[in-house]
Amino acid sequence: MAEYNMHILVCGGTGCKASQSELIKTNFKNKLNEYGLADEIQVIMTGCFGFCEKGPIVKILPDNTFYTQVAPEDVTEIVDEHIIKGRKVERLLYLNPETKERIGDSKGINFYKKQIRIALRNCGFINPENIEEYIGRDGYSALGTCLSEKTPDEAIRMIKDSGLRGRGGGGFSTGLKWELTRKSISDQKYVVCNADEGDPGAFMDRSILEGDPHSVLEAMAICGYCIGADKGLVYIRAEYPLAIERLKIAIRQAREYGLLGDDILGTGFNFDVEIRYGAGAFVCGEETALIHSMEGLRGEPTVKPPFPAEKGYNGKPTNVNNVETFANIPVIINKGSEWFASIGTEKSKGTKVFALAGKINNVGLIEVPMGITLREIIYDIGGGIKDGHEFKAVQTGGPSGGCLTKSFLDTPIDYDNLVAAGSMMGSGGMIVLDDSDCMVAIAKFYLEFTLEESCGKCTPCRIGNKRLYEILEKITEGNGELEDLNRLRLLSNVIKDTSLCGLGQTSPNPVLSTLDNFHDEYLAHVTSHKCLAGQCKALVNYSIDADKCTGCTLCFRNCPVGAISGEKRSTHYIDQSLCIKCGVCFEKCKFDSVLIA
Amino acid sequence: MEMVNLIIDHKPVVVRKGTTILKAASSIGIDIPTLCYMKLDDMNIENKPGGCRVCVVEVKGRRNLAPACCTEASEGMEISTHTIRVVNARRTVVELILSDHPAECLICAKSGNCDLQNMANHLGIRKIHYQGEQSMYREDTSPAIIREINKCIMCRRCETMCNDIQTVGVLSAINRGFQAVVAPAFEMNLDHSVCTYCGQCVAVCPTGALTEADETGAVIRALSDPTKTVVVQTAPAVRAALGEEFGMPAGTLVTGKMVAALRRLGFDYVFDTDFAADLTILEEGTELLNRLSAFMAGDQNVKLPILTSCCPAWVKFFEHHFPELKEIPSTARSPQQMFGSIAKTYFADKIGVKRENLVVVSIMPCLAKKYESSRPEFSVNGNPDVDFALSTRELAHLINLGNIEFKSLPNEDFDAPLGESTGAGVIFGTTGGVIEAAVRTAYEVFTGKPLPRVDFEELRGMDGLRKATIDFNGTPINIGIAHGLGNARKLLEDIQAGNSEFHAIEIMSCPGGCIGGGGQPYHHGDAEILKKRQRAIYSEDQNKTIRKSHENPYITKLYEEFLGAPLSEKSHHLLHTKYFDRS
Repeated sequence: MAEYNMHILVCGGTGCKASQSELIKTNFKNKLNEYGLADEIQVIMTGCFGFCEKGPIVKILPDNTFYTQVAPEDVTEIVDEHIIKGRKVERLLYLNPETKERIGDSKGINFYKKQIRIALRNCGFINPENIEEYIGRDGYSALGTCLSEKTPDEAIRMIKDSGLRGRGGGGFSTGLKWELTRKSISDQKYVVCNADEGDPGAFMDRSILEGDPHSVLEAMAICGYCIGADKGLVYIRAEYPLAIERLKIAIRQAREYGLLGDDILGTGFNFDVEIRYGAGAFVCGEETALIHSMEGLRGEPTVKPPFPAEKGYNGKPTNVNNVETFANIPVIINKGSEWFASIGTEKSKGTKVFALAGKINNVGLIEVPMGITLREIIYDIGGGIKDGHEFKAVQTGGPSGGCLTKSFLDTPIDYDNLVAAGSMMGSGGMIVLDDSDCMVAIAKFYLEFTLEESCGKCTPCRIGNKRLYEILEKITEGNGELEDLNRLRLLSNVIKDTSLCGLGQTSPNPVLSTLDNFHDEYLAHVTSHKCLAGQCKALVNYSIDADKCTGCTLCFRNCPVGAISGEKRSTHYIDQSLCIKCGVCFEKCKFDSVLIA
Repeated sequence: MEMVNLIIDHKPVVVRKGTTILKAASSIGIDIPTLCYMKLDDMNIENKPGGCRVCVVEVKGRRNLAPACCTEASEGMEISTHTIRVVNARRTVVELILSDHPAECLICAKSGNCDLQNMANHLGIRKIHYQGEQSMYREDTSPAIIREINKCIMCRRCETMCNDIQTVGVLSAINRGFQAVVAPAFEMNLDHSVCTYCGQCVAVCPTGALTEADETGAVIRALSDPTKTVVVQTAPAVRAALGEEFGMPAGTLVTGKMVAALRRLGFDYVFDTDFAADLTILEEGTELLNRLSAFMAGDQNVKLPILTSCCPAWVKFFEHHFPELKEIPSTARSPQQMFGSIAKTYFADKIGVKRENLVVVSIMPCLAKKYESSRPEFSVNGNPDVDFALSTRELAHLINLGNIEFKSLPNEDFDAPLGESTGAGVIFGTTGGVIEAAVRTAYEVFTGKPLPRVDFEELRGMDGLRKATIDFNGTPINIGIAHGLGNARKLLEDIQAGNSEFHAIEIMSCPGGCIGGGGQPYHHGDAEILKKRQRAIYSEDQNKTIRKSHENPYITKLYEEFLGAPLSEKSHHLLHTKYFDRS
C-alpha cells in the first residue's frame, strides 16, 4: 500500500455488491482518473466490513473516515469535497442514534468498539484479490515459521495450547483433531476446508473467503504440514460465486508465489489446494456427509466411528475444519498460543464471529471475544431492538440451536454456557426476536428448514421431524390440544436420542427450548386458541376500534380483498368472512385503531 | 487377537475387537431387534447403514443411544438393551415408520413375510401415536418386478444388492428428507432402466415395496380353459426350496411332492426343466468343444473364453454394460427357453395339439425368467414359447389356493418324455453346477474316454469368484466361475483387458446361483438357508442313476427323432439365440 497516499476502500461483500458497490468503485476510479489522481489514490474493493445494516460502506484511509449507505451518485461529492478539499461529507457519516452525532472515524462507532477481530482481521482492510496485500499484513509468515522453525508436533502443540475449538459448531479441540489425523498412518492424507455454510442467516465463512481467502489457504497448508498431507480440498457451496471466484484467484496467486505447490519456500514441503463444489445441502456441512459428497456419492452422513481422522476422503485420513477455524490459525502461530488463550473464557478461547440478524438495529457480521454477554452484543454492538419493540429472545446456533430469553442476557457466551442454556454455538447465527414474534411459529420455521434439509437416511429425522412439524402446524392453525404439547416433548427427545447425525440430534432444539422458555405461549395456543404475538393467522381476528377510528379510509383503500367498508369520516368495519388476515390495515392505520385479538 | 470386555444387560462378555454390540449381545443370547440391518455371512453381503434406528441401545456415559448394528464394542462398555428409554425410543421409531406406511397389511403381497409387520408385532405396537402425511409415489410395473414405493422404509438393502453386490446401479436413494426414497434415477420406470431383473432387491426387501409381477391368476385361467393343454416345467432350484414355504426345514428336497402338487393343480403334463438343462449341455458343450478345438488349432477368429448363457439377468447385464463382448457368450438359449421351444414344436406335434392351444408354464426360482419369456425373439407369431413364468413363491400360493396339504403329498414322478433328466441337469440350480455338468459331457466327448470321477469338487463352493483347471486327458482347461454380477463384472473386465486366462466361464447373477434366486422363498438374511439348498441340490445329483447329460436316453431320442445333431440347423433355429447391444 506504500506508494499511495490515500486509499478508498469500497466494501465488496455480497450485501454491498448487491447494492451497487461495484459501480461505486468504478465511479471512484473514473472520477480519480478525471482528476489525474489515479496514481496517488488507490481504490480497493475489500471484503465485508461487517456493518451490513449501513451498507454500502466506503472507508477512506489514512483518516479512517467511515461512510455509510453510499450511493453511486454520492461519489462525485466524496471526491470533490473529501479528497480534493479535505472536508468530510457529513451527511454520509454514521449517525449515532443516541447522541445524534455524526461519527467520522469507524473506531468511534459502537458497532466496532467491543469487537476483537482475529478471523476477520483482514476483511475490510485488504484487497482479497491481491496476494501482496495479504503478505503485507504478515500473510504467509506463519506458514514460513512453521516450515522453517517448527516441527509438526510443535505446531500442533501450539494449536492445542491455544485452546482453539472448531468454529463450525462442534467445538471439538482443533489441535487434538490435527494430532489424531497426524497419528493415523497412511500413504495419503487430506486437509479439507468445510465451506458449506448452511445455517440460515449465517455468512461468516462466505465473508472470510470473500474478504481474506489467503488466510484460509495459509492455514490449510500449515495443517497439511502438521498432519502430513500434501493435498487440500475446499468444499464450498456453488451458490457462493464471489467466494469461489476470489478463492480461485487466491489459489492461482499462491501457486505463482510458490506458496502452494511443490517445494514450498524451498523447504521440500508440497501442498496444493483444489475446490470442490457442493449443491447447497445443509447436511453436507456434517463432515462424513461432506466427504461422501466430495467422493461423488449421495451427501448423507455415515456412522462415526470411523472418524475422518482415521478413514475420510477416499478412505484416507482426513482433517476437516471449518473456514473460520482455519482463519484463526496463522494468527495463533504468529502471536503465540498464550496470547490467543488470554482471550475468552476458561474453556472457550479466542473470539467468535456472529451473524447478527433479526429485529435488531445493527444487522451485520461481528467478531467478539468469547465470554461477552448477549446484552453487550444486542444492545452495545447491535444497537438494541428495532422500532422500539421489546426484546423477547435470541435464537443462536441456527436451526440446531435454541431460543434464549431475557434471563440469559447476562450469561457470558461460550460453547458450554450456550449448551447449558439449552442452545448451542453452532456456526454463529444470532437472530434477535421481539414481542411481535410468535415462538411457536419460530419453532415451526426452523423445523421446516431441517425438514427440507434432512437427508432422509434415518427414521427419526426423516419421519420424526415431519410429525413434529405437523403437530406444530396443528397448533398454529388453532387445532392444538394439550396432549400435543406432551407429544412434542416426547417425540423431540426420541429424535435427539436416536438420530444418526448432528442434524437430527439437534433438530428438535428450537422446539424444546421454546417449550421450556415460552410454555405460556404454547398453552395460549392450545387452550385459549390465542396467538399473543398475532402471528398465527388462524388464531387472530382483526377488528376496528370504533372509538379510535377517524374514518380516514386508509385501511379501506389498502385492503387487498375489499373486506373493509365504511364512509369517510365515520367508523370502518372489517367483514370477517372476507378478511384474509394479511395485516395491511394494521400496518397502515395511523391511529392504532386496528385491533388484533 | 485383541479382545475387549464389556457388560451387556448386566452380563459380562468378551469379544474380539471390532465386534459390533449387536454381535456381542447375540453371543450371550441377547437378541437385539434389527430392521434395516442385513448380513449374509460367507457371501460378503452386508447392509448396515444405521438408518432405521430400531437396534438402538443405551451405552453408559454416552449422550445419545447407539445403534447396535454398527457400533463397535469397546473395553469397559456398559450396555443396556431394554431400559424404558431404549424401549420407548425403539417403539417410537417403529411407530414413526408405520405412520408413513400404508396400513394394508391384510392385502399386501408381503403379508406374513414382512419384516416390518413382524417388528410391529414383536414390539407389541397396538396404536400409532403419530399421524400425518404419508408418502405418495406411483406404482411402477415391469415384466418381472413391481415397485410399490409407498411401502419403502429406506432400509437400503435393495440398494446394497443393486449397487455393491450386483454393480447394476439402478436403485439408489433419491430426494431428501421426508421425500427421500429408493428409486431409479429421475424416478424412471424399471423397464426403462438397465435393471437386469435379477430380483435380488426383491429377495431382501423387508416390506412389500418390491415384489414380483404376480401371474398366478393367468395360470389359473389357463388351467380352467378346456381348450388349452397346459404343461409345466420346474427349474432345478425350486425343488430344493419350495418346502420352506410349507414350514419344512431349509434344504428339504420336495421333488416328488412338487410333481404331485402340480398334477393336483390340473397341469396336463408335469415336466422338468432339468431335461432342457441336459439339452443345453449338449448344445453348449458342443459349441464349447468346437470353439476350443478351433482355438487350439490356431484359428484366430475364434474367441475364448466361452461364457454360459443360462441366466437371463446376466444376459441383460452384458447387453447393457459389455455389448462389445456379445459374441463371446454361448448362443445356447437358457433351459427354460429350450424347453418352451421343444414343447411347442416336438411335443405339441407328438400329442397333436396346435401351438396356440398349448400353454407352457414354468416354475422358476427367478424373476428375470419372467422378463426372459417376454423377449420377442422367444415367440412365434406373437405366441411365446413360454407363456408364464411363476416364481417358487407363486407356486406355493397356487398350491394353497388348490387346498393341497403339501407336506402329506405322496412322491410322484415327472411325465415322459420331457420330464426325464440326469444329475447333471439338476446341479444347474447352484453356482458351479452348469460348468460341472458341461465338463462331465465335454470331457468324455473331447477325450473319448469315460470320466474317472463324476464329482468335480474343485468347481463347487460359495466363494464369489472361483477358478479351477481340469485336465482333459493332458489338455488343461481353465475354468472360471462367478456368481453375483459384481463378481461377473470383474471377469468381464479381465476379458476386455485381454487378461483372461479362462477357456470357459460360468456366470450366475444371484449369489449362490439359482438357489438364491429372486423368486425363491425369502431367506430373511439367513445365509445358512442358501447353503442347505445347495447341499440338497448336490444330494439329488448323487441319487440319480444317470449323471451325465449326454447319457439321457430321452435327449438321445430327441436328437434322433427331431433335431438331428447338436448345432444342427434345426437346433440353431430352435435352441440358439443372439444378443443385442442395449448400451
